[in-house]
Amino acid sequence: MMTKPSRRTFYVALLLFGLCLISSRPLFADGAPPDPQIPPKQMMTPEQLNDLLKSTKPLILQVGPQSMYQQAHIPGAEYIGATSTSEGLQALKSRVSSLPKNTLIVLYCGCCPWERCPNIHPAYKELRNLGYGDARVLYIAHDFGTDWVNRGYPTAKGE
Amino acid sequence: MKTKLLLGLCTLLVIIAFGGCRSRQAANVKSGAGAPDFTVTDIQGKKLSLSDYKGKVVLLDFWATWCAPCLEEIPHFVEMQEKLGPQGFQAIGISMDDGPRPVQQFYQEHKLNYPVAVGDAKLADSYGGILGLPVTFVINRDGQIRKKFVGATDPAQIEQEVVAALAQH
Repeated sequence: MMTKPSRRTFYVALLLFGLCLISSRPLFADGAPPDPQIPPKQMMTPEQLNDLLKSTKPLILQVGPQSMYQQAHIPGAEYIGATSTSEGLQALKSRVSSLPKNTLIVLYCGCCPWERCPNIHPAYKELRNLGYGDARVLYIAHDFGTDWVNRGYPTAKGE
Repeated sequence: MKTKLLLGLCTLLVIIAFGGCRSRQAANVKSGAGAPDFTVTDIQGKKLSLSDYKGKVVLLDFWATWCAPCLEEIPHFVEMQEKLGPQGFQAIGISMDDGPRPVQQFYQEHKLNYPVAVGDAKLADSYGGILGLPVTFVINRDGQIRKKFVGATDPAQIEQEVVAALAQH
């Protein structure tokens, strides 16, 4: 038989547990926030990509700085380089040139907060211009460390 | 007996709940830890070792030329170097650009008055991983990390931390 104080303690604990579970989830659990340059269906959250990786292996391209790729990247992701530069865009073009236009390609960077990332939008635009209709973009709100690594999603190191 | 079990369950729930909250925080180099030493060649070709600045308050700034929030902070660091240098302050920039060329160009154009080197994954790893920019460390005169700022930060807040570190002897 529960006494009144212990029942109260239980409910308080349950409330705290629920709050912490909610707060540890991404803000946009069901999708990334709107972006003026990228249609919503082409964007995915880290949670959605992590789920997708359990069932399929899309081509994942990191379009950010090399030192970050070397420290940690999504397993299987290939390093392209910063697509804010012409060299990076050229590397992206070369990598996809032989692929069918319906290839599922996921781009990510995470060097900086989403709205200030210099790489992700040029990379997406390039793939769209080349006709890759299934190009997706990983929405990273803050940076790769905060939104992927620290959330416990899988990572790999090295070249 | 039931009350004890219930209390145990409550405690467990709270521990799990707070554990979940804590896991969102970065598991990186912490304040109070010794700042890892490094030796690199700066973009002017000179040797740059953190240990050479022991006794000074060091601002170690991880940045890149393509990082807009980083570039907003740099003029403030130049100003701080000018103003607080005589009191024992030293700014050091570690660029995470993929090569030295854009860094050299930026350095000259913006007349940086403190040493800058291009960092790599090994150096970044030694500081707990630099997986987003900017990241700024304030290191006290004893070579311990006093504060770590992740992401764009109000320069006044950084300066306040530096001034407080300078006041400690």
